[in-house]
Amino acid sequence: MELDSKSPDGPIETRWERQRFNLKLVNPANKRKYTIIVVGTGLAGGSAAASLGELGYNVSCFCFQDSPRRAHSIAAQGGINAAKNYHNDGDSVYRLFYDTVKGGDFRARESNVYRLAEISLNIIDQCVAQGVPFAREYSGYLDNRSFGGAQVSRTFYARGQTGQQLLLGAYQALERQIGAGQVAMHPRTEMLDLIVVDGRARGIVTRHLLTGAIESHIADAVVLATGGYANVYYLSTNAQGCNATAIWRAHKRGALFANPCFTQIHPTCIPVSGEYQSKLTLMSESLRNDGRVWVPLKKGDKRLAAQIPENERDYFLERKYPSFGNLVPRDVASRNAKQVCDEGRGVGESGLAVYLDFRDPIQRLGKSVIKERYGNLFDMYERITGEDPYQMPMRIFPASHYTMGGLWVDYNLMSTIPGMYVVGEANFSDHGANRLGASALMQGLGDGYFVLPNTIGDYLASTKFEKVDTSHAAVRDAESQVAAITARLLGAKGTRSVDACYRELGKVMWEYCGMARNAAGLKQALVKIPELRERYWHDVKVLGSGEELNQALERAGRVADFFELAELICLDALNRNESCGGHFREEYQTPEGEAARDDEHYSYAAAWEFRGAGNAPVLHKEPLTFEYVHPSQRSYK
Amino acid sequence: MRIILHIWRQRSAGEKGRMVRYEVPNVSEHMSFLEMLDVLNEDLTMRGEEPVAFDHDCREGICGMCGAMVNGIAHGPLPGTTLCQLHMRHFKDGDELYLEPWRARAFPVVKDLVVDRSAFDRIIAAGGFIAVATGSAPDGNAIPVPKDDAEKSMDAAACIGCGACVAMCPNASASLFMGAKMAHLGLLPQGQPERERRAVAMVAQANRELFGSCTNIGECEAVCPKDIKLEVIARMNRDFLRAKWAGEEGVAGD
Amino acid sequence: MSAIAINPIYRAVRFYEAPIGKKAVMAITGVMLVGYVIGHLLGNLQIYASDPEQINRYAAFLHNPANAIPLWAIRGVLLAAVILHITASVQLWLQNRAARPVGYVKKDDVPASYAARTMIWSGPIVGAFIVFHVLHLTVGAVLPLEDINQNPHTPNVYENVILGFQNPWISGFYILAMILLCLHLYHGMWSMFQSVGISHPRYTPKLKKGAAILAILIAIGNCSIPIAVMAGLLHL
Repeated sequence: MELDSKSPDGPIETRWERQRFNLKLVNPANKRKYTIIVVGTGLAGGSAAASLGELGYNVSCFCFQDSPRRAHSIAAQGGINAAKNYHNDGDSVYRLFYDTVKGGDFRARESNVYRLAEISLNIIDQCVAQGVPFAREYSGYLDNRSFGGAQVSRTFYARGQTGQQLLLGAYQALERQIGAGQVAMHPRTEMLDLIVVDGRARGIVTRHLLTGAIESHIADAVVLATGGYANVYYLSTNAQGCNATAIWRAHKRGALFANPCFTQIHPTCIPVSGEYQSKLTLMSESLRNDGRVWVPLKKGDKRLAAQIPENERDYFLERKYPSFGNLVPRDVASRNAKQVCDEGRGVGESGLAVYLDFRDPIQRLGKSVIKERYGNLFDMYERITGEDPYQMPMRIFPASHYTMGGLWVDYNLMSTIPGMYVVGEANFSDHGANRLGASALMQGLGDGYFVLPNTIGDYLASTKFEKVDTSHAAVRDAESQVAAITARLLGAKGTRSVDACYRELGKVMWEYCGMARNAAGLKQALVKIPELRERYWHDVKVLGSGEELNQALERAGRVADFFELAELICLDALNRNESCGGHFREEYQTPEGEAARDDEHYSYAAAWEFRGAGNAPVLHKEPLTFEYVHPSQRSYK
Repeated sequence: MRIILHIWRQRSAGEKGRMVRYEVPNVSEHMSFLEMLDVLNEDLTMRGEEPVAFDHDCREGICGMCGAMVNGIAHGPLPGTTLCQLHMRHFKDGDELYLEPWRARAFPVVKDLVVDRSAFDRIIAAGGFIAVATGSAPDGNAIPVPKDDAEKSMDAAACIGCGACVAMCPNASASLFMGAKMAHLGLLPQGQPERERRAVAMVAQANRELFGSCTNIGECEAVCPKDIKLEVIARMNRDFLRAKWAGEEGVAGD
Repeated sequence: MSAIAINPIYRAVRFYEAPIGKKAVMAITGVMLVGYVIGHLLGNLQIYASDPEQINRYAAFLHNPANAIPLWAIRGVLLAAVILHITASVQLWLQNRAARPVGYVKKDDVPASYAARTMIWSGPIVGAFIVFHVLHLTVGAVLPLEDINQNPHTPNVYENVILGFQNPWISGFYILAMILLCLHLYHGMWSMFQSVGISHPRYTPKLKKGAAILAILIAIGNCSIPIAVMAGLLHL
């Protein structure tokens, strides 16, 4: 299979403009004749459904939550980047493009990234007009902050709830279209399969979560906006419901899955407190602006933090990276925390945590300044742990947070299945091997508001659609496959709960395919995962029936897909014999212990094709060329 | 510690429900309330009993999906907290806790502790938005917004739509929810053109959904996990009365 | 299409249909009734004048046939206010009860707003009291009323009040009703501002305090009369 990225060539500054001109348009009067399915209502899905509805398309929108407003984009804290250069500090579209390509460790497509930087400007305008209450200066103009180690202030924010406010903007726009009858909303409805007719995506099979009804929905195009798969690690900062089922089942219907091993581990999360732990809570990265990260010098030092004298503390980030110190990028900070814990110097009961200490900044700036800057984060920490971070250092540990990999899409965001588009975190396109802070919101909204509504028309206008209804053989086949999975899960009648099995998978993934990976470990994981999966299918215990609200059944189906996806992630990680971004292979590091890329052999997006259960997936390569930002070694020393 | 739970069990909307007593031994003080329910459910599953259905998603207090009455208080005894952020260290060994779903005619029970809150979505669809089509916005800095207004707007915009206000209100009124949205949008210059229409349309929809009305008691404010103030209801009343005075009918104008 | 309705009656009906409209009606009628309560109290306090005839002269002024038209106009307005106030409150109460058909097994009340939650009980009891009060001191259906010189336009208020309040049942009911009125007014007087949309983080707490002080003053003023009678401070 030849992967055609369809990205225009020529000067990068005008690629998007030229592309838009070259794409075919759908006559306004004809738009209502087309039905588009949007799955997911986060920033990407919500904004796409609203914008497509505004254009006049017939939109059917699906989410598994009880309301489109609950999608996990809502939990994003920090902010959203845009190259407005309101601060006159040297920012530009080109600089945002440059930073994003470099931050992604040269594994993203230049054309896509440039477009993202370009439309970042429109996103802010759109959100302000929708009533997103961004932080303001006393002048009444928009405030910005620098975020995630960026050297310019380009992050727009709404307190620590930027994701929530942006999502509410998209949600309200979506509700407006629902009220106007342009969008039919299907909450509490989960996509369980993709309907492919004559090689084209023509609809989805869903399960209504309250009645259990399996239904087919036919459309002319399908948009997946179903988020990432960080929950493959069991514990992550994602919501409980976040899952890979939609993208995984689309993958099994023919969509290539790109760079699955590019996962991001966020360094500042509240550590695990026990086996019952259901999720990890992220603490904003901004804490590293003032907090100092350290562990005891001695192994197994169980003294309280306050009793450890200064000369027996190891401020390991400051020691190893004198110029960036505690502000090194996420992957570097995470990996170093893991390293000191592996050395037996971790703190807390589990030994899987490092200190994030505010003693010095409190002494230097006073408690009131620290409270003003981080008060709500400190309160959150205290609420969860019961410890007062003004008195004793916080304990933090990295946690799975975001996935850069996803379904392969071309420049128009169409997957390898004609008619199926993938937007937001669910696709692989813009962040390469590592995502910068405050860029996820930008990508989700960019795809949904400004890219997809422009590109989807080209497909609709240039395709002749055969009439398909729910009696079509392909529909029947998809429905019966869905029913078979449900029946199999309910019929296993094993001895272990879904979560007990899921936890095991998470542990394997975290240990062998987490912050640091090596060939031996990955090979082991590739043996263990199929074993666990086999055991899962035989030994899982799901009570109740499929004809009612059955939360255990929902989860069982999602976990089943994670078991399959996990194997592909490990396979991809094993294939990529280099270290880049969030993918750190211990065999491939510089003498100083930094990630060593292999541009000669791995400057490509690895897109995997599903070849049927039990068959090895086939790797296709989309070569990545860098005409503008030339690959260099990232260094934060 | 050991916690005794009395939980509302109801198989489906049509069936009768009842309180059922459960015991959860070995509750760790570091567990969140929902993790304690996870432990109970895991235990029930192993015993072959159907687990308790409850809505939840983000488990960090922002998605608004979780919520139940704990001993008669929405989201439990800790102020400014959602159920998922309530930790068991606030309870003691042997505590008996009554868990019930939100109760309102507009929020029918779906199963156990799960209720249908889609009425909230329909209220937003009726007018809880600024009608700006994608692409038609001016530059973000074209209209300055006084910092204080932006801050107050953000205070109201923090609403997570969990429904605790309705659940706690003796009248099952959605006024705090609606007031929060109207204050969020109405405090910004961008929200002015539709301000009166929005008030009338949202209030009319709430009446169609059969929510009760506000009698200024303040229980909503007391349990709101995001500390939304009663003031937003006064603001809604003001917008509504002014709009009605002007003869606004709240019908979509386009 | 403009969505503006022009017919004023239609507009008034649509206004009243909405719960917020009803609440506004309750607030406005509430203001009128509070005004009356204060005026009535100030008139009654004349009973403490050194000259017992002072209050009787005031009564004679009110009952002077020359003032009949304004008196009945005011009575008519007050009656209309009472009817509107009660009608709106009953309609809202029924609606609000219907909004939660299935109650909680266990329900706690978080803020200590006893007054707010008991409006629906303090209201009817105060209402019943008003009926009794009118029957007692205006119509004379409870105890026979004395007039000066048998002239119905010059009632002997001083004597009627003292004779009435010497009955501990009457005084007791009066005091109970005044305490409930105090609660009712406390909640009503700040909440009427909320209902018509006046609220501010800085002023609302002061408003609540002001409402409490005024409600208590009214209760003290009203209760002082039966207490003074029972204590023998006011006598014939």
